[in-house]
Amino acid sequence: MSETIRQNQTDSQSWLAVGAWWTLLLLATVFILVAYGDHLDVYEVTILFITGFSMAWLGKVWPPFRWHALAVAILSLFALQRYGGDLSMAQQDGWLNYILASQSAFMWMSAFYIAATFTYFGGLIARSDYTQKLGSSFAWIATTMGMTGLMVRWRESHMLGSDIGYIPVSNLYEVFILFCVVTAMIYLFYERRYKTRGLGGFVMLIITAAVMFLLWYAFDRNAHEIEPLVPALQSYWMKIHVPTNFIGYGAFAIAAMIGVAYLLVSSRAEKNPQSHFVKSMPSLAAMDDLMHKSIALGFAFFTVATILGAFWAAEAWGGYWSWDPKETWALIVWLNYAAWLHMRFTKGWHGRPMAWWAIVGLFITLFAFLGVNMFLSGLHSYGGL
Amino acid sequence: MSEKSSLKFFGKNSFPRRLLRFLGTMELAITLLITLAIASVIGTVLQQNQPYTDYLIKFGPFWFEVFESVGLYDVYSAPWFLVILTLLVISTAICVTRHTPSMLKDMRNLRTQVQRKSLASMKHNEQWASADAPATLAANFQQQLKDEGFRTRLTDRNGALLVSAMRGGINRLGYLLTHIAIVVICVGGLMDGNLPLKLAEWRGQIQIETRDLPLSQIPQESRLAVGKQAFRGSVSIPEGRSSEVVFLPMRDGYLVQALPFRIELEEFRIEHYDNGQPKSFESDLVIHDPELDEPLRQTIAVNHPLVHKGYAIYQASFADGGSILQVEAWPFDHRAGDPVMLDTKVFDNRDMRWGDRQYRLEMTNFRLFNINPDPTDEEPRRVRNYGPSIGFILRSHTGEATEYENYMFPIEREGRRFYLSGVRGSPSENFSYLHLPADANDGVEGFMEYLARLRDRELVGEIAQMMTRDALADLPEPDANLEESLQQTLMTLVGMFVRGGFDEVREFVENSLPEIERQTLAPAYLGMLREMLARVYFAGVEGHELDNTDNQNIFFLQDAVDAIGSLPRYHSPVFLMLHDYEHIQASGLQIARAPGQFIVYFGSVMLMAGLFILFYLPQRRLWVWLDAEGTGSRVLLAGMTNRNPRDFDGFFDEIQQLLKPDKREL
Ligand code: HEM
Repeated sequence: MSETIRQNQTDSQSWLAVGAWWTLLLLATVFILVAYGDHLDVYEVTILFITGFSMAWLGKVWPPFRWHALAVAILSLFALQRYGGDLSMAQQDGWLNYILASQSAFMWMSAFYIAATFTYFGGLIARSDYTQKLGSSFAWIATTMGMTGLMVRWRESHMLGSDIGYIPVSNLYEVFILFCVVTAMIYLFYERRYKTRGLGGFVMLIITAAVMFLLWYAFDRNAHEIEPLVPALQSYWMKIHVPTNFIGYGAFAIAAMIGVAYLLVSSRAEKNPQSHFVKSMPSLAAMDDLMHKSIALGFAFFTVATILGAFWAAEAWGGYWSWDPKETWALIVWLNYAAWLHMRFTKGWHGRPMAWWAIVGLFITLFAFLGVNMFLSGLHSYGGL
Repeated sequence: MSEKSSLKFFGKNSFPRRLLRFLGTMELAITLLITLAIASVIGTVLQQNQPYTDYLIKFGPFWFEVFESVGLYDVYSAPWFLVILTLLVISTAICVTRHTPSMLKDMRNLRTQVQRKSLASMKHNEQWASADAPATLAANFQQQLKDEGFRTRLTDRNGALLVSAMRGGINRLGYLLTHIAIVVICVGGLMDGNLPLKLAEWRGQIQIETRDLPLSQIPQESRLAVGKQAFRGSVSIPEGRSSEVVFLPMRDGYLVQALPFRIELEEFRIEHYDNGQPKSFESDLVIHDPELDEPLRQTIAVNHPLVHKGYAIYQASFADGGSILQVEAWPFDHRAGDPVMLDTKVFDNRDMRWGDRQYRLEMTNFRLFNINPDPTDEEPRRVRNYGPSIGFILRSHTGEATEYENYMFPIEREGRRFYLSGVRGSPSENFSYLHLPADANDGVEGFMEYLARLRDRELVGEIAQMMTRDALADLPEPDANLEESLQQTLMTLVGMFVRGGFDEVREFVENSLPEIERQTLAPAYLGMLREMLARVYFAGVEGHELDNTDNQNIFFLQDAVDAIGSLPRYHSPVFLMLHDYEHIQASGLQIARAPGQFIVYFGSVMLMAGLFILFYLPQRRLWVWLDAEGTGSRVLLAGMTNRNPRDFDGFFDEIQQLLKPDKREL
């Protein structure tokens, strides 16, 4: 991260932009405190500050994030203004009905992620840099729509009834959207920093899979409907536990998809090192390194998430660790990646075996995320399909 | 023992040392990590701590015992699992102990002893000439590197100058924090586990109780005194009652743990959202502690426990606490007795006699709210409140049990009102419902009277005679025989219907009519039966307080006939109507003492801090070797990092650009 900071230091132009960004964030935070301060308790103020600082930092090391956040803010505020507190506007108002009501925003998100997948791969096959860049733009649009949808849904849940509102990270439907958005964001960060556009299609592939699940879940199971929170989920810990978890899941998913790309490139490179595919993908060493970084990122956040989960469990279930299947599977995922990191860092393993292991890791993660809810019974009941 | 052998014992390659070294190896650590992961999978696939009979049924006697001996029903406290965990802790501890000195040294050491040759062979190195003297350059570089956050030191190496610099020495602390954290967390976790109980059981000091006994009869060997030990148990307290113990689930039984205070439950509440889903579960608790001047009152809710003296009290569940009920029992057969009012309670059992049959009535449940989806509604997700209900079991003299669920208030369907009563033969089945039509006073008298009239042979006989006359009025001349037999048939049909519903009537038709006539006669029989049922009904209407609008009567008749038709499948001689209740709830509390919790949390914070330091504050070292060259100097810049080599590539370029004055010309 330090390099980016230094680049900024040498560039007074970008300092100006960062200054503007920070001022904006400060103003927004002050506004929220002044306007809603009376309704916020200590936890919410803390979360507000954590969010503010994270966004300040992210916007500094990652300029596109500023535009993304700004777009999300403007779109969400616009949507709220169109709603004016009346949920039925979702059908009556054209803007909401076609674009900004959370359900419409999610549809746009889905469409653009799928489009991004095709465009990235299309660019790779057609050897067109421009097309690949278009892929990045699509991914950004999708992410912005997804994030906006989540923001709007948050407000919609409050419009359903004064005691119903909750932050939309509480059921399987919502966390799947979170997964798409977070995974795309982490990837887009890496893409800019390490110039890895060739990996875009691979990462979008897993997001598309998540989108497919979402669509099925919404249309077949009506999962998109907002339901009030059961008492067990009414906790501040949940609000930070879940998003943290999804940074972890997202990073593991990216690592696995890089693993897939790595295996494809390395087998192609053995047959024909000069092939177009090999040359237009990032180098094997770069992918290997990024895979490691991704798993490290995921591991760090997953650890934090698991610990937050334990803190929450201590408050909700009467014990920080109960060997509940979900907890146990979180431990399994964690142990697996701990082993991966040791092999990589202290034994210097790298290349294909580690790529395979990263892919297997994703399946273990997937089981912890979905399989446990589907096949095992336990205290984590919210995600039942 | 001679000196020699003890020397050998502690010597470099002695067994203990080799063992120590083996325990501290990475290979062992990773093997243990993976083993632990796999062992944990077993614990999630096989549901833990279920009643042993369930396992016995599932696996059969042979495998049940095999699995039990390996501890598969409680994997996480099985000896082998604890051994793996302990080995991992030992391995990590040894690893940390062994690495700590060198890591600490490495955090401070600027490596001023490096040779020029080794610098020149580093992957990241760059050389250039400068017109400035080494001393000037060295001072400049030191300043510039300081500005970049490096610690620097200047040493004279036989005339040459060496600037050594390091940033991120703290990275090594990351390693120490993460690995020490693992040990700390496991130790804290072990303190809170039930290992001491296992040991006490193994030594025969305590005995797990598997019988369902009243508290006062639980033997002393299954009781644990107040102490400092960790535990986690639960207790269900009815409103207005209190408890001084909690029950600790152990394998297929439990232990009783005494508390140093008494917990009283004043009230338990469920609040609901507008749509009926539960919004909060709350208990008003009073803690009576001799050490407190006055009782401590606090309301707990899910996610909001009460912590008193290190004992944490959680809202975990709820149940009925023995609600007081007033129930009216209406025999379906009026000859079996008059309706009686029963004063009873949930969990009360009593013997009852209806007619010549003996039954055991077990009240099992009372529910104040029944918030269910309305099956007739357009939207299946819309739920509504069906009001209070009671649950009970009727056990016949043969021991056959049928479970019932009766609603207190009639529910409305298409403008008609019914008393609902669910019935099922076993808990695995869904309830099927008897819809008993409410009369104009919202009572069951209308229905019961109608049923009684159908059983009244004399009345039925009269009506059958009237109907026969009406039917045969068109005959040219009266036929006494035909009249007699038709009247008999009508009476038999009614009798069969009351006894066995339409099923029995149909069966009769099938068995007694010749096949050729069945096609035409069967509908005629059913039509006659329906006509009879209606006549019996209307014969009683005038005398009774039913609303006289015809539609209402026709609907009531239809519903009553349907209900009577399904009575044979209801298997109960009575209909129980809830009259009045006093709701008494019980709150399920989970009570835990976890003295290791603070240690675990401390370790967790260490782990989080350590990981971020480890991953995101890489250790970076730079060296500048300055040889005098004429009046100027020869500069050798070299660098290395302990992680993220790719990020270091860019970083090294930038440092190089920073230190090299006129980089573009070179
Ligand atoms: C549950 C147990 C353990 C966990 C969770 C754990 C975790 C970690 C993590 C996350 C890293 C950083 C890896 C990376 O940077 O990619 C690491 C590094 C390391 N671990 Fe472990 N570890 C555990 C046990 C052990 C044991 C038992 C040993 C010794 C045998 C050990 C030795 C090391 C060493 C030498 C490093 C490299 C440190 C460095 O040079 O910066 N670890 N460990």
